[in-house]
Amino acid sequence: MSNLETIFSNITFKNPVVLASGTCAFGHEFNKIFDIQKLGGMSSKGLTIAKRDGNSGIRIWETPSGIMNSIGLENPSVEGFIKHELNFINSLDIVNIVNLSGHSIDDFCIGTELLDDKKYDILELNISCPNIKSGGMSFGTKTSIAREVVRTIRKKCSHKLVIKLSPNAEDIVELSKALEGEGADGLSLVNTFQALAINIHTRKPIFDNIYAGLSGPAIKPIALRMVHQVCKVVSIPVMGIGGIQTWQDAIEYILAGATTIQIGSASFIKPDVSLDIIEGIKNYMLEHNISSLEEIRGVI
Amino acid sequence: MPTVVFNKKLSSNFYLMKVNKTLNAKMGQFAMIRAWDKYPLLSRPISVYDEDSVGVTFLYKVVGEGTSIFSKLKSGDPINVEGAYGSSFPLLNGRILLVGGGVGIAPLYLAAKTLKSNSKNCIVDVLLGFTDEPLLLDEFSKVSDDFKYQVGGFITDLVNDESYDYIYTCGPSIMMETLYKKIRNKEKLYASFESRMACGIGVCLACSCMTINGNKKLCSDGPIFLAKEVFNV
Repeated sequence: MSNLETIFSNITFKNPVVLASGTCAFGHEFNKIFDIQKLGGMSSKGLTIAKRDGNSGIRIWETPSGIMNSIGLENPSVEGFIKHELNFINSLDIVNIVNLSGHSIDDFCIGTELLDDKKYDILELNISCPNIKSGGMSFGTKTSIAREVVRTIRKKCSHKLVIKLSPNAEDIVELSKALEGEGADGLSLVNTFQALAINIHTRKPIFDNIYAGLSGPAIKPIALRMVHQVCKVVSIPVMGIGGIQTWQDAIEYILAGATTIQIGSASFIKPDVSLDIIEGIKNYMLEHNISSLEEIRGVI
Repeated sequence: MPTVVFNKKLSSNFYLMKVNKTLNAKMGQFAMIRAWDKYPLLSRPISVYDEDSVGVTFLYKVVGEGTSIFSKLKSGDPINVEGAYGSSFPLLNGRILLVGGGVGIAPLYLAAKTLKSNSKNCIVDVLLGFTDEPLLLDEFSKVSDDFKYQVGGFITDLVNDESYDYIYTCGPSIMMETLYKKIRNKEKLYASFESRMACGIGVCLACSCMTINGNKKLCSDGPIFLAKEVFNV
């Protein structure tokens, strides 16, 4: 009998498949299309202290096998989330991951404090969003700054604390070790790759913000390599993210060492692709006589 | 998987394609369509032109990689159609004018047909603007009380808004905004807006649109809005 149940830092996921932040809003839309309680977890839209309307101009751009986005963290604020969304997510039988972003360490502190007495499972700290001019990027790029954020937030956060890493980090392996040292309960990697597209007719960047975040199958091999490198050096669990479109991709991430995996832009193409991925993992386990994913996790 | 019933070339870059899947689409709604496996990654949002018991028909213009693939489809080819998504033109009665430009004429055919079948007393006049070759003239004249079209120029010049209770429009943003500025009673204009989309169902926020009521998702709160909600920001 194959068991998909996955333990991530003492939190039980019924399967390792999680919706990635920024690709599932707060779950309402997908829940109309399929029962999202069949998933292991959901990381809802990244939150900031103040409500954000997001970036101007073009926000999405297709590349060969990738998607660039510059949404700009449009969100209803931490308080808006607590007031209007949290109860809905808590009413579901699914691991509730709250994603928090910030422009300063103070922002992260205020957000963490506002959320601290609320019911949810994991705080996922977005120190990596490359879309905000004034923040995000720098926290996740520099090990010393990321370390300071996590050291500060760890003291204030009584929930499980997962740090979502940027692939644009100066040294993602060193950074991961440092954040483990600061008390992170887990890591999720990677966020989008900073990228550029140019309109050759207007000779201007496609995006008002110039750079945008690249996701999709184009980044999978690089993201997979980073997950592998990080899993080799840390003892805390890792959520693998980056271009997962199929169950085969998910298995690759688990073989590379990921405990759970997050599905991002693939859900735009097929809203219930996560269910296909769960089914595929199950069938793979049956076919290969695997009773627990623990047997194959990190064997590479 | 549904298949293509026909895919007719109407002019140099406009096609009419019917698919044997019904969506119960309301006027102004769209579907997310793909006729390929993995690449391009995203499906394409296309307005519903018409629907009957066999399936749904789309009028599309070839503008990029996705629509170029659509243009090569033959009868019997598999195609994936999800929807119908988005808001619709309101089902109102009275004297209604439909103003379309370019590929924006697409949702107005279903709109005219729906309004006429909803009420015999409803007067539906249609004004269409084309940049070069006019399209679907017989089709539109059959579903409207008065039908006029123009090739080149500004179709909005022909609008006499005082004669109508409501106006529905779909076309280039500049055309719709000109129309909005021209009409005296701003409460009577409903417009269909367009944006790049990724998911089509309201999760990615790629198509957020600023309105007088805050940000709205063009794919799921729209694409149809009371025009002043968007143009009066």
